[in-house]
Amino acid sequence: MKYAIRVENLTKRFNGFAAVDGISFTVEGGELFGLLGPNGAGKTTTIRMLTGVLKPTTGTAHIGEYDIQKNPLEAKQLMGIVPEMANAYVDLSALNNLFLIGELYGIQKGKRVEKAESLLKLFELYDKKHQKVKTFSKGMTQRLIVAMGLMNDPQLLFLDEPTSGLDVESVRLIRELIRDFNDKGTTIILTTHNIEEANQLCDRVAIMNHGKIVAIDRPEKLKRTIQSTTSIEVAFTTKVNVEDLMFDKVNEVKKIGDKLRLYAEKPEDVIPMVVKYSQSSRNKIISLNTMGPNLEDVFLKLIKKEEK
Amino acid sequence: MIFEQFKRSLAITKKDLFIFYLKGPVVISGLLIPAFLFIAFVFGRELPLNFLIPSLLGMTLFVTVSSIGPIIAPWETRMRTFERLVSAPIALWAIILGDIIASLSFGLFITFFIFLVSIVLLGAEIISLSLIAGTILAAFCFSSMGLLISAPPTDNPSNIMMLSTLIKFPLIFISGIFIPISEMGNWKFISYISPLTYYTDLTRYSVQGISYFAPVVDLLALFGFSILFFVIAVKWHEKSLAKRF
Repeated sequence: MKYAIRVENLTKRFNGFAAVDGISFTVEGGELFGLLGPNGAGKTTTIRMLTGVLKPTTGTAHIGEYDIQKNPLEAKQLMGIVPEMANAYVDLSALNNLFLIGELYGIQKGKRVEKAESLLKLFELYDKKHQKVKTFSKGMTQRLIVAMGLMNDPQLLFLDEPTSGLDVESVRLIRELIRDFNDKGTTIILTTHNIEEANQLCDRVAIMNHGKIVAIDRPEKLKRTIQSTTSIEVAFTTKVNVEDLMFDKVNEVKKIGDKLRLYAEKPEDVIPMVVKYSQSSRNKIISLNTMGPNLEDVFLKLIKKEEK
Repeated sequence: MIFEQFKRSLAITKKDLFIFYLKGPVVISGLLIPAFLFIAFVFGRELPLNFLIPSLLGMTLFVTVSSIGPIIAPWETRMRTFERLVSAPIALWAIILGDIIASLSFGLFITFFIFLVSIVLLGAEIISLSLIAGTILAAFCFSSMGLLISAPPTDNPSNIMMLSTLIKFPLIFISGIFIPISEMGNWKFISYISPLTYYTDLTRYSVQGISYFAPVVDLLALFGFSILFFVIAVKWHEKSLAKRF
């Protein structure tokens, strides 16, 4: 399968408002593809159309060889889905939630039991398999929801904000498993607000705003499009005012936690000035790093450009 | 393909029974509500037993089958489990069918209990075995009606409960449960629009040996209402799906 997903001119209007506005893209088999964008950009509506939950107003989407409109059941059989804000059945046990999904995908009983137990082990929930989900923490519930998305060994896995609002341990586990499943050949569509997550995980990202795709490429290539946002990040032993570091060749200074980021076209010219400031103010430098543009810079630049 | 979808419907049925029906308070209220209605109806009136039994059976089946079904869709929308169901490879009609089967299973279980009480304790004689076929058909019909009521795209079960009560209670009063159709005068034509009329009539035929319509008419009417409610429920749920999320 060359393309896991082919989307052509997909549009969804709600009472005349275009939540998704004529987007087209393809995702290759085995790719880890990210959909990034601010709230209301149209990411979830796109996922809902691709997973057959919503009917597009116009346009087509193919999952593998199947048109999601014409052959929804065949297309859905290929997918695993972790919808945004989805929930497991809180009155069922973890095991029964997985069994239900197994039955909905037509998995035979023997394989269903085997698969459910192996997923519970993988997601570190095996000891709690008979407990009702209402007794689970948010992180445990989300791990179960991701496991439910994997019950049918999907060729294509949709993850809509899978780590949003979770504890560090659950985030780490889910990210590791996303990588593992992708390494084994599962195509993954990841929708996220977390730009760093997309940067770390995705082969390619599409940035959406106002229902349109404003950029689509590999994260590193996108970063290269805005080389002007190179910077140095510096931390001092005592607090420094932002204005004190507005040297001649510095375009902007931003406070990031206990660090200051100085944006400049040639960071190497700014470093001596920072060192000189440190010596004259007797405020020692704890750390100093030169930074390339990150995906967040690209994202913000593209979104701002769209707003204009 | 249809058989495979039917199997998946049964997974929905199993889930519904676990989550919504097989709970002490639900089963007890399923028995108590028709019992209270019945007591309120017979208290102070001298009515023959063979008139009361069809009323009790009709009311029990109608109330129990349509009690929980309407709230499943809004409850699942609120609990955010509905999106996962519709994104699974199960057709919407199969999801609705699964809900209907759960609902009718619960109603049949409670009604069977009332049957036993009627026969063993009250000494009722059930003449026609067509009552069994009619009861299953009526359970499907009332359950489909419940699923039709649940179609408006709300995530608030109490809205649907209110709508359900508004529809169900008038139907109980016009369906020949409290007053036989033959005694309703010019109002009897209103009773024709209620599926409960045909089930009550069938139970009267089975218990009393008399009926307003021929039993085959009652069965055909129940079958027709079942198909109509099921088809409209599927279409309406399809239409309201986009507004659920």
